[in-house]
Amino acid sequence: MLSAQARTVASITLRATMGRRRALIFAIPPVILVLVSALLKAASPERADWPSLILGGFGLAVVLPLTALIIGTSVLGAEIDDGSVVHLLATPVPRSTVILTKFAVGTGLTMIFAAVPELLAGLIATGGVTRLAIGLFAGALVGSVIYNALFVMISVLTTRAIAVGLLYLLVWESLLSNVVGGVRVLSVEQYSLGIANSIARDTNLDAHLGLATAVIMGALVTVVTLALAIRRLAAFSLKGDAV
Amino acid sequence: MSTIELRNVSRWYGNVVAINDITMTISPGVTGLLGPNGAGKSTLLHLISGFLEPSRGELTVGGTASWRNPGIYRTLGLVPERPAVYPFLTGLEFVRATARLHKLADPDRSAGRAIAIVEMAGAQDRKIATYSKGMRQRIKVAAALVHDPEILLLDEPFNGMDPRQRLHMMDLLETLGDEGRTILFSSHILEEVERLSGTIQVIVAGRLAASGDFRAIRRLMTSRPHVFLVRTSDDRRLGAALIGRPSVTGVEMSGRGLQVKASDYGAFSREIAGLTREQGIQLRELLPEDESLERVFAYLVES
Repeated sequence: MLSAQARTVASITLRATMGRRRALIFAIPPVILVLVSALLKAASPERADWPSLILGGFGLAVVLPLTALIIGTSVLGAEIDDGSVVHLLATPVPRSTVILTKFAVGTGLTMIFAAVPELLAGLIATGGVTRLAIGLFAGALVGSVIYNALFVMISVLTTRAIAVGLLYLLVWESLLSNVVGGVRVLSVEQYSLGIANSIARDTNLDAHLGLATAVIMGALVTVVTLALAIRRLAAFSLKGDAV
Repeated sequence: MSTIELRNVSRWYGNVVAINDITMTISPGVTGLLGPNGAGKSTLLHLISGFLEPSRGELTVGGTASWRNPGIYRTLGLVPERPAVYPFLTGLEFVRATARLHKLADPDRSAGRAIAIVEMAGAQDRKIATYSKGMRQRIKVAAALVHDPEILLLDEPFNGMDPRQRLHMMDLLETLGDEGRTILFSSHILEEVERLSGTIQVIVAGRLAASGDFRAIRRLMTSRPHVFLVRTSDDRRLGAALIGRPSVTGVEMSGRGLQVKASDYGAFSREIAGLTREQGIQLRELLPEDESLERVFAYLVES
């Protein structure tokens, strides 16, 4: 049962995130994913390799992280940017409640805007409830959780959360993890792919981590980033007028 | 338990000292925090309200440290200077949400009471996005008052208010102070502080320049020497005549004209016109040179 404080924080967060114009942006990548899947299915219904390439390489590797980035950095970051967070923090609400509620709202929205479309695209692409569709959905659900923990933390640490998040996605996940093997152990994309592949068992998904590593590292990253975010928010500072 | 105590509190950012070794006690009643823009008033309020960690010194609110202590907000209300308030909420929704965040037993009733105090009941169902700056300020005050705090901190609360709203806010703060609450508000406008508070703390360049009864400090401010730049048809002759006047403490010839130091602003302003007429000198320009508040405060620091 959610506390009244958590419900209030969740309600304000939901209205703030969905009310802003950029909420429209959330819907663009998943719509593209579903449309591309439907078009490819209509164009080449017999080819078996494209669903995993498109849903893994575009769905899990692009749509999911970008959606999570926009949502995860805005659930708290937008309030920090415009200063309205002071009204929330000048109350006795435990900072852990603030972070965990913002994280939960961000995760839920990412699941709706990225994981559910991934499932829809999977169902369309594979023509029904297949291992690939379910595996990708599971990977996207888990990825929504871990990415949001990471991006909520980044939004508390820096006012340039989107830029830092993009750097992480482009440099760490897309570039370094393809060149340096060890980096994959700290890649949220690889955790999602590892979990997806443990169900789908599809070499085209290009997963480099096993289920155990993906789950343990994913849980660890989630817990550590949320703990850091709580710690940082507890020491939230306002700049004064003399600097 | 509603006293704010600062003991040798300093706050710096790298090499910049924002607050320098301030010791003060804020007791129940209305206290004005006066100082020019950039003096450190907001920094001080952020320190007191737990939104900034002191680099050095000891700071307590109601006997407990405010830094990393959200528990202090049970007895403390804060009205920040930044106008940002959730624009998509109505005034009532905002104050009621604040009541819920405080875990009040009856959020609706508490919100209604706080909104009535700031006279915003008529606009409570409108979105905050449609409010004027003064209305936003008042709804922020309602949110800060919703849990009936013993201590209320307000950062430049009169900014953006029209004269009627300003008077109403002053009356409200006065009433809250009379009820035994500790009200600390910042302002860079002397008249606001004069009207409201018997006790003031003057902050200049991060330092506590003066502290105590407003009237005594005001006397100190008005009795300081004032500097005027005077340009006439015959500066030298006017200078000789001026030096004999009791209200004038010094005269200096400069390339720009005659620099006159006067001990009594009012007397000098009245005398100069008559004197130039008597001497048959044409008065071309009379400029007070040090009327900025910063100069007034700087004088306080020196005295």
